[in-house]
Amino acid sequence: DRSSGTRVSDTELRVYKDPSKGELPLLPEEHVQDSAKDVTYICPFIGPVRGSLSVTNYRLFFRCTDREPVFGLDLPLGVLSRVEKIGAATSRGDVSYGLACKDMRNLRFVHKEPEDSLKKSVFEVLMKFAFPVSNNMSLFAFEYKQVFPENGWKVYDPLAEYKRQGLPNESWRISKVNDHYELCDSYPAALVVPVTITDEELRRVSSFRAKGRIPVLSWIHPESQAAVVRASQPMVGQNGRRCKEDEKLLQAIMDANAQSHKMFIFDARPSVNAAANKMKGGGYESEDAYQNAELVFLDIHNIHVMRESLRKLKEVVYPNIEDSHWLSNLESTHWLEHIKLILAGALRIADKVESGKTSVVVHCSDGWDRTPQLTSLALIMLDSHYRTIRGFQILLEKEWLSFGHRFQQRVGHGDKNHTDADRSPIFLQFIDCVWQMTRQFPAAFEFNEYFLITILDHLYSCLFGTFLCNSEQQRLKEEVPKHTVSLWSFVNSQLEEFVNPLYVGYPSHVLFPTVGIRHLQLWVTYYIRWNPRMRPQEPVHQRYKELLAKRAELQKRVEELQREAANRTASSSSERAGSPTRSITPVQTFV
Amino acid sequence: MLSLGSVGAKSTKPSFVSYVTPEEIKLEKEPPKKLKHPDLLPGEVEFCSANPILKYTQDDLSQRGVFGTLFCTNFRITFISDEKSQEETTKTFKNKLYGENDIPLMFVDHIYGVYDEKRKLITGALVKNKYPSKIIIHCKDLRVFQFCLTYTKEEDAKKIFQGIAHHCLEEKSLKCVFAFSYTGTPSPEMQRKRETILFDSPEDWTQEMKRTKANCRLVTENENFELSQRLPKYFVIPSALGDLFSYQGKGFPIWCWSHYSGCALFKASLPPVTQEDGDFQKHFDIMINAVAHNYLYSAKTEDLSESLPTIQDIQQSYNKFKQFFLIENSTDFWLSDMKWFSSLESSGWLDIIRQCLQKAVEVVECLEKDNTNVLITEEEGTDLCCVISSLVQIMLDPYYRTLMGFQSLVQKEWVAGCHAFLDRCNHLHQKDKECYSPVFLLFLECVWQLVQQHSPAFQFSETYLTVLSDSVHMPVFSTFLFNSAHHRESVLKHQRQLSLPSTAFKTPFKKGFFKDETDSLKKMLRVKRLSRWMGSPDSTAAISREFYESWQQRPLDYHGLLLPCLDGPAVRVWMQRYLRWIPEVHILGGGSVAVMTKLMELLSQVQDLKRVLEQRDSSQAAKPDHRPYIQHRLLSFGSSGRLPSSFPFAYSRNRSFKPIIPTGLMQCLMLTDSLASQEDEASSFVSLV
Repeated sequence: DRSSGTRVSDTELRVYKDPSKGELPLLPEEHVQDSAKDVTYICPFIGPVRGSLSVTNYRLFFRCTDREPVFGLDLPLGVLSRVEKIGAATSRGDVSYGLACKDMRNLRFVHKEPEDSLKKSVFEVLMKFAFPVSNNMSLFAFEYKQVFPENGWKVYDPLAEYKRQGLPNESWRISKVNDHYELCDSYPAALVVPVTITDEELRRVSSFRAKGRIPVLSWIHPESQAAVVRASQPMVGQNGRRCKEDEKLLQAIMDANAQSHKMFIFDARPSVNAAANKMKGGGYESEDAYQNAELVFLDIHNIHVMRESLRKLKEVVYPNIEDSHWLSNLESTHWLEHIKLILAGALRIADKVESGKTSVVVHCSDGWDRTPQLTSLALIMLDSHYRTIRGFQILLEKEWLSFGHRFQQRVGHGDKNHTDADRSPIFLQFIDCVWQMTRQFPAAFEFNEYFLITILDHLYSCLFGTFLCNSEQQRLKEEVPKHTVSLWSFVNSQLEEFVNPLYVGYPSHVLFPTVGIRHLQLWVTYYIRWNPRMRPQEPVHQRYKELLAKRAELQKRVEELQREAANRTASSSSERAGSPTRSITPVQTFV
Repeated sequence: MLSLGSVGAKSTKPSFVSYVTPEEIKLEKEPPKKLKHPDLLPGEVEFCSANPILKYTQDDLSQRGVFGTLFCTNFRITFISDEKSQEETTKTFKNKLYGENDIPLMFVDHIYGVYDEKRKLITGALVKNKYPSKIIIHCKDLRVFQFCLTYTKEEDAKKIFQGIAHHCLEEKSLKCVFAFSYTGTPSPEMQRKRETILFDSPEDWTQEMKRTKANCRLVTENENFELSQRLPKYFVIPSALGDLFSYQGKGFPIWCWSHYSGCALFKASLPPVTQEDGDFQKHFDIMINAVAHNYLYSAKTEDLSESLPTIQDIQQSYNKFKQFFLIENSTDFWLSDMKWFSSLESSGWLDIIRQCLQKAVEVVECLEKDNTNVLITEEEGTDLCCVISSLVQIMLDPYYRTLMGFQSLVQKEWVAGCHAFLDRCNHLHQKDKECYSPVFLLFLECVWQLVQQHSPAFQFSETYLTVLSDSVHMPVFSTFLFNSAHHRESVLKHQRQLSLPSTAFKTPFKKGFFKDETDSLKKMLRVKRLSRWMGSPDSTAAISREFYESWQQRPLDYHGLLLPCLDGPAVRVWMQRYLRWIPEVHILGGGSVAVMTKLMELLSQVQDLKRVLEQRDSSQAAKPDHRPYIQHRLLSFGSSGRLPSSFPFAYSRNRSFKPIIPTGLMQCLMLTDSLASQEDEASSFVSLV
């Protein structure tokens, strides 16, 4: 079974109806490093469970031995953010270990300390393999050698994607100025810029934009030619530095769109923070320097605020929910308010491009956190291609991976430094926003919820190379595509798992979601999925599959009837078809 | 589709008419109105009118609006625009009895007048003085209307204002309810519909006992309400209970439903008593014995007045809750959006829903797991008893999850079961607000929670429940108009003779099966109970958690036992009912409508092709053309998937496709946190060489 072991767990404890199945599943190149019997898992939902624990170079596997039915706990080591001994050993020699996870749960084990003090406890082994980067070892993704029918590294071809958008055209060209990542090491090699701007001018612009992240095109409207452009903050500083080439570039972006003589610059930050950045040499575009450009602040907070908000959310949902104060507790985390602000920002961008036919420039400070959140959400609203499974993969590859969202830093793959201030759930927040949109437009997305959860699970698992490193340049340097498997290889080799049965591809529809808190929901099936009470009786993806089969059946019936009708037309005068038409019972499907 | 109670041969006037049926979509344009007068229903009479009146459009602050005429009839307040409205004609699904600009008089919840920029709640006393420049009407279905009176002649403005205030706010007698003037007849189409069991005949009860294999006794002694006017005409009791007349005035267990194991659910009215009342204790023992006798000599009792909120609590909580949805403008909306969750929580409404469902689950556990007879009691026996017994039956008996089953249940427990609809809904605007409480709505809310958690288990949709919740205030139906079976009968009897002795309605009807000398005692106790209830215990919840969890682990069976998840995140706001009129939350092209549209399309495609084949088949040429599904294609009028999520209720006023962008984003999130002011990604400045 290809998917065994790579399948994300939708339940915390997997029940094995057949006890022999409760054996440790091993992936290619996965090896058991240590195991221990008589380990107690303190399950917050069903109480203490005794069993045996194994640690491999990829996973932690716990199998209970004292209960029927047999069940197990199976998680990739990548989800661990912290492993620590809690308190001293008891008189009986029991030691408690706490495992904090990146996927909204904490695990607790109790284990007898080995009497031989030279022998390492299984948890010490765990600490070593859970944080390979800190221990100068390679991530499991570099060892995993599964072969899938499809090669996910081929999903995204920048030139093909730009070609789909009709680029290059008379106003936009593809520049090779960053071919060797000399202009900007966190940007992709292929950049789309106005034809009127030379590479030399781009170089000068790069010295004026933070981290050299110059304004480049992300997406162009097929009809109005209004463009979504992304960048980092201008290095205005306290003295109000200006850069003639930067001003020219923005003017050129404006001129490339004949429909509008105006342009909007969306600064994702709250204006106070943007202003404070001037002290550090950064800042925002002044309307004096940039004629006809209107600056709008979107009030989205920084990575630290988001990290804190998620921490509070975890406190509120795991392990137990206080029913009578659930709503006020949820409100106090501000999580949904942040989601609202991000969606509202993306909505304003999409509105300006679609309804206003104006080009927009989006940036935050460095342009690798809030900026991809906003641009990719706006692109999902504007372009139905990004709502397909493959289109969404392209969107992630493009807006997030190639444009240098610092996945390694934000997630902290294999790094034991769990207090690192660079960690932040920026990508999770984006996926949450996408989920909110799929809730509001249940028929507009080709993928289902399981697809989004799979992406998030493998964001942490370190099984695939997709989310490793901080930039395209680093991934090439580490030869990630050569040595690891892409998540999309896995996904695209079993697409049927991820298809939304209700999908209707409205090709030209722009989606404008409703961003009021009243219409936002906490993503229960992700954030609270470890709580067995919040789980649907029947796994949702199973239901999806059934619906999909039903839809296929109906469509087949339609085709059959069409064929039959066509045949009859052909032979209507001669013979009457013998088979009586079966009565069709309407299929009732409620979702 | 939505008639409650059948329109079979049995029923006389007033009858129940279906509206919003997919079969009756009107596509043809209505002829242009020459006279701007409302299309009156049969029996509807116009009282007064005024022109020009400005009706504000709800969606923006600009105080724009439409000019037209405001009418008040014996059925509704209605506004007819001077401009030709396109919206009405393009609607494929609409309510047949009232339109977008109609407010049936019983829908009016509150009226506010704006006098010199100050907003005042209109009560009877204010009417005589001045008329306001603007009136704001809050409806029970959560619509908000704003009319400006300053453009019309003073005389007309005064007249329409006083007319509206009089007909909507003044205490009135039952005979003034439009149902008694309505002369419409049910369409023949309705008459061939399958019947809802009304539980107004001995046969209905016998049939129900047979269906559930109950071993109880049908009581026919109350045919002429000699036992009690607060009891149904026919009802069922444990077979062990003796001569009913000897218990008169004390209450006895009424059978609700029997579990397949043989145990059953009973309900009884139970006046609160003091410990030393030995006589009562004796009677209570007799009741318990009779119940226990029903199956295996086991019985549990549950005093709902002890463990659940009082009807006054329910009323207070709902009053707070509904305010969050009576949105007058966009600014209000975005302001209230910020504190949405904590506001919801402070109203306590969702918590009351949770408690009712929780209690029902506990009763279900007794019946299903322990096979014990259960007797639920309450002072009056017709409020929370109805809520809990109905919920228990829905959870245990799949029949009640069908449309006809559900309607029969409403008949059995609520209508025949003597829930005091007239008082609880305050249809007559009585000054005494004591007895006003949205108990039936609370029940529908609980059902909605079940529907949203397990929609495939139900034959009906949330839209059905939403329309049903509106229909309670629809003065065309008599289903929800009376306080008891006796009340209904006496009024309708007189109605037939066209003489309505008004005195009959002055005496307040007794609430509860028996209510004789306990009135003052009850009032004393009620105060105590309220305070006792406030510390809602999470402890009882833990007990039935296990029951839920063991059920959850079993394979899914939509035709078997159905339990709700009651954890915080699982109990939700009934978005369709409460948010349908607020344009800020309409998702154009989204919501569940988008899914339905797709399914309908696919089905009609199959049907179409089938029909094509049939027509080719010359032998079947003269077959009558039933087109049940074909009309559904109309759902996808325009471009498919572009209906607003509020369909079939509100339509987006601005047809132009614009997103709704929140105003005042700055105020949204005032973080006092030090993290917020921390330098943006400070470390990234350092980390990159």
